[in-house]
Order: sequence, then C-alpha cells, then structure tokens
Amino acid sequence: MKVLVPIKRVIDYNVKARVKPDNTDVDLTNVKMAMNPFCEIAVEEAIRLKEAGTATEVIAVSIGDKACQEQLRTALALGADKAIHIQTDAKLESLHVAKLLAKLVDEHQPELVILGKQSIDSDNNQTGQMLAALTRRSQGTFASKMVIDGGKALVTREVDGGLQTLSLLLPAVVTTDLRLNEPRYASLPNIMKAKRKPLEVIEADTLGVNLTPRIELLKVEEPSKRQAGVIVDSVEELVSKLRNEAKVIS
Amino acid sequence: MSVLVVAEHENGQLKAETAKVINAALKVAEGVDVLVAGYNVDDVVQSAANIAGVTKVRVVDNALFEYQLAENTADLIVEIAGGYTHILASASTTGKNTLPRVAALLDVSQISEVIDVIDSETFKRPIYAGNAIATVKSNEAKKVITVRASAFESQSEQSACEVEILSLALDNTLSSFVSVEQTESERPELNVAPVVISGGRGMQNGENFALLNGIADKLGAAIGASRAAVDAGFVPNDMQVGQTGKIVAPDLYIAVGISGAIQHLAGMKDSKVIVAINKDPDAPVFQVADYGLVADLFDVLPELESAL
Ligand SMILES: Cc1cc2nc3c(=O)[nH]c(=O)nc-3n(C[C@H](O)[C@H](O)[C@H](O)COP(=O)(O)OP(=O)(O)OC[C@H]3O[C@@H](n4cnc5c(N)ncnc54)[C@H](O)[C@@H]3O)c2cc1C
Ligand SMILES: Nc1ncnc2c1ncn2[C@@H]1O[C@H](COP(=O)(O)O)[C@@H](O)[C@H]1O
Repeated sequence: MKVLVPIKRVIDYNVKARVKPDNTDVDLTNVKMAMNPFCEIAVEEAIRLKEAGTATEVIAVSIGDKACQEQLRTALALGADKAIHIQTDAKLESLHVAKLLAKLVDEHQPELVILGKQSIDSDNNQTGQMLAALTRRSQGTFASKMVIDGGKALVTREVDGGLQTLSLLLPAVVTTDLRLNEPRYASLPNIMKAKRKPLEVIEADTLGVNLTPRIELLKVEEPSKRQAGVIVDSVEELVSKLRNEAKVIS
Repeated sequence: MSVLVVAEHENGQLKAETAKVINAALKVAEGVDVLVAGYNVDDVVQSAANIAGVTKVRVVDNALFEYQLAENTADLIVEIAGGYTHILASASTTGKNTLPRVAALLDVSQISEVIDVIDSETFKRPIYAGNAIATVKSNEAKKVITVRASAFESQSEQSACEVEILSLALDNTLSSFVSVEQTESERPELNVAPVVISGGRGMQNGENFALLNGIADKLGAAIGASRAAVDAGFVPNDMQVGQTGKIVAPDLYIAVGISGAIQHLAGMKDSKVIVAINKDPDAPVFQVADYGLVADLFDVLPELESAL
C-alpha cells in the first residue's frame, strides 16, 4: 500500500504571529518556520504503517516555494521514502492545494492520503475534505485512531460530541487530530541519510491547474486587545469583584 | 441573495448554534432557507421552522443520512445548491467535515470560521490561532462559508414557517458508521454556556476535576479543559477548548491550572470576563485575565465553591 502525505511549511507553533504595520498581512520575515504540527502527526502515522508492514512506500509532498524542501528533508529523515516538491510562489488557497494534490493522486494512486486536519497559519481545515471530494474518495477527518484492515480503514474521529468510528472503503483520505500519535524526532544518522533520498521537483504550472486566487485578502489586523486586568488577593475579593464590578455572577 | 443554512443537529435535537449561524446568514439576506438532513428529524424541523428569519425549512428525512456522513451529505447539499448564492454551516466538527467537500464539488474556495459579515462578499475570520484577523473578499459566484457560532447572537423565535419535504435518497457507498462514544453530561454545552470553567494540567488527574463540579453547579457552567488535560487522559476530548478544540465566548470564563498557551487562548480570549487561577504569577494566562488569583488551586477551589 502506498501512502501519500502532504505536508505544509508554516510558522513554528511556539511563535506568536505579528501583523505588518501596513495591515497587508502577517510579517514572516526572520520568523522560525517548521512543519505544520498536524502534518508531523501525519508523517508519523504513515511511517508507523510502513514499520508495521502495512504500507510499502511513503511519499511526502509539499507545495510552495523552494523553502519547503527543508520540511520535505525532515519528512525524509523521519522515514518517508521519497519526496515531491510542487514548486510555486503563488499564494494558494486550500482548493488550489487540493487540486494539485489530486493530480498526484491520479498519477501515484496511493491507497491512503494522510493530511493534517488544519494548517496552523490559515486555520482553514479544508484541504483533506476537498481532496477527498475531487478524487471521489471516502474521508476520515480529525482522526485520533486508525486501523487498516483488509480493504478498509477504521477511523476514530474526534467530534464535538465525543468519538465517532467510521469504516472507510480504501482508497481513502484521512486527516489527523492531535491525539493520533506522538511524532518521533529525527536521529542524526537519519538526517544524514535523508540527504541521499530522492526529492523530485515539479513546477506547479505544468500540472494544468488554474491557480488564480478566488479570495482576496483585503486587510489583516491585530485582534482587539483586552484591557489589562487586576490581580486579586483572595477568593473573597474575587467573588466580590465578579458580583459587584463585572456583574457576571449573582 | 439567497442563502441556505445547513442545520446542526444531534440525537434528534436542533443544536443552539444553528440560530447563531442563521443570525450571521441574515446579515447577507432578509430570509434564509434551512436544510435539515438526517433521520427522524421531526423535532429538529420544528425547532428550525420557529427561528426568526427562516423562510423555509427543507427536509431530507432518510436513514441514509442518519449519521450525517460527509460523502452523501455533501452530494445532497450540492444537489440543492443550485439556487443559492451562499451556503453556510456552523464551524462545528460536522460543518468542517462536510462543507469543504461541498465547496470542492462546486469548484469554489471556502471561507472558514467567519466571525463577522461585512457585506455579502466580505467577511472577517481569525488566522494564526486568532493572533490576526483577516478581512477577505470572495469572488466566487457561490460563497461556501463556515461560521464561528460563538461570534454571533442567537435569533429570536417566530411562528413556524413553511416546511418542504424533499425525497433525495443518495447512498453512501464509500464510508459507513461503526460506533460512537458520546460523552453524557447534564451540563450546558461548552459552546453556548454562559459560564465556562476549565481545568488544565495543574489539576493533576481526572478525579480532581470533581473540584470544578460544585462550582459549575452553582454557576450553571459548562466544564472545559486544556489540551494537556485531555492528552493526559484526565477528561474526554470533547472538553478541549482552543485553536483545535472548541471555541467559546461565554460571559465568564474561569481558567484553573492552565498556563495560557497561544493555542488555548485562541479558544477563549473573546470571553467577556476571564478569571485565571494559577500558582505561577508569570503564567501567560494572566495577560488576558480580567481577574487573576495567584494561588494553589487545591486551596482556593473549595473556598470558591463555598463563597458562591
Ligand atoms: C498544533 C497545536 C494545537 C494545539 N491546540 C490546543 C488547543 O486547542 N487547546 C489547548 O488548550 N492547547 C492546545 N495546544 C497545546 C498548547 O500548546 C499547550 O501545550 C497546552 O494548552 C498546555 O495546557 P496547560 O495549560 O493545561 O498545561 P501547562 O502549560 O503545563 O500549564 C499548567 C499550569 O498549571 C499551573 N499549576 C500547576 N499546579 C498548580 C496548582 N496546584 N495550582 C495552581 N496552578 C497550578 C502551572 O503553573 C501551569 O501554569 C496545541 C498545541 C499544538 C502544537
Ligand atoms: N501547501 C501545502 N503543501 C502540502 N500540503 C498542504 C499544503 N497546504 C495544506 N496542506 C495539507 O492540508 C492540511 C490541511 O490544511 P488546510 O486545509 O490549509 O488547513 C495540512 O495539514 C497539510 O497536510
């Protein structure tokens, strides 16, 4: 079974994004970048499938400018067999990403595509579902457990009301939630080995997908700041403030 | 403008967030249609028909939609999408699961987690875990949108509007329901509760969450948690508040033993009043708290319960 894992280069999750003074976007100059945390979980899951003998090949793919090859090397160091960089400088929406990925799915026919459930920059939470639609595959989003059994994937999903388990007919698209697994770190020898693993570069505009933006970004602002609060000295003072000042309890 | 709102429902009951999504939809058009797709949904239909601003409830009541799985629900929405300029759903796990599939089938980009409607094509939405707010304009002929319910008011009631029964039996040959583990709780739901009290890693274990019960009882509060508390197995996943859990904006949010990571703040910093109880005076949660209490939670929680 072949597994395709799309990964995204994003701001490191420990870094607080700052808005540019001219309000055109978020300022990413000299900001630490990393693999989207949900994608790390996707890579880990694919590698575990390979270690278990369920998967035969793990292909990592990233769409973006040259810099995302750094994250592809990380995926290779973690255990992916092969990487594909779809190169573009365009600002992409999830629909564009899904359409480009659909082209790779057509070509490589992976039985499973594992994506993150959401990018921590756009917070879109769309790509996996869109890819499933475009390739007419079953989808298991927000997975916290996955078992491959015959031609099916049993996926337990984190939903608002608790946990839901679905049986997906393969080929399927699965998106990861935080509790699916705990990603490993790449070891130094594996980082060295990754340098020799194949990384194929494909120019996005050779794939025949129209990448014209459909959504315009008009403005990016700081969220409204909260008023500075006070430190209270006791429970008594707290309750009295909540009752008489904030008037949120009776 | 003609707007379709996909009703959010569970166990035969309409969820309160639907009225908030309708409130958002009414900033685009004067009346909206609501789609109820499910099985044995009579009560859901009735509740939806009574929400002010709803012109028509369109109903597909069929066992094929019992679990509202994305594959055939998306096909169903696409079937009836024709006449609409806007399709909205709650940014719940159900809405997030289904709507991007609808958008892709219609070949349009989706706008996720809208918190403000400027006009029929311009919307605000948080990005980067809420550290920035983007204003975006969609050039699509059809706008497919998920709405962050906590950012909108609820709608009042009306006398029941028209109900249209549709017979669309679309099968799902790709996926099937196996089981559900539902968390039963007598408490209000996190995303609509007026008061939320959440515990973090500082609670130390699941049993200690009982310390929050008495307080929640007295305040009519829902109980939430940080990711660390969920990951450690103290409480179930559906209690997680944050960037990747539930987004809440109650009148009062009380964070207990929670440090205040960006990802947690993303889920609660729009609460009207925030209280933080933490023994570390430097915990970042104090930067967003209106009232901070630097103390050991095991000392102050019993005190708080009896003071209320
Ligand atoms: C992609 C991604 C998404 C994430 N999404 C979320 C999310 O949706 N929600 C979320 O919450 N987190 C999320 N996180 C995790 C987040 O980064 C933090 O790790 C998490 O919020 C920490 O939880 P905590 O505050 O309970 O634990 P800690 O950071 O360990 O804080 C525990 C706090 O308890 C205090 N404490 C300990 N003992 C006591 C005591 N006896 N009395 C009083 N105070 C005490 C400590 O001083 C400390 O401040 C996400 C992370 C990533 C990478
Ligand atoms: N530019 C990209 N390159 C590769 N994968 C991506 C890209 N953008 C999004 N993805 C995948 O889609 C997931 C969800 O992203 P999104 O829908 O943008 O929130 C991510 O976790 C990745 O797995």
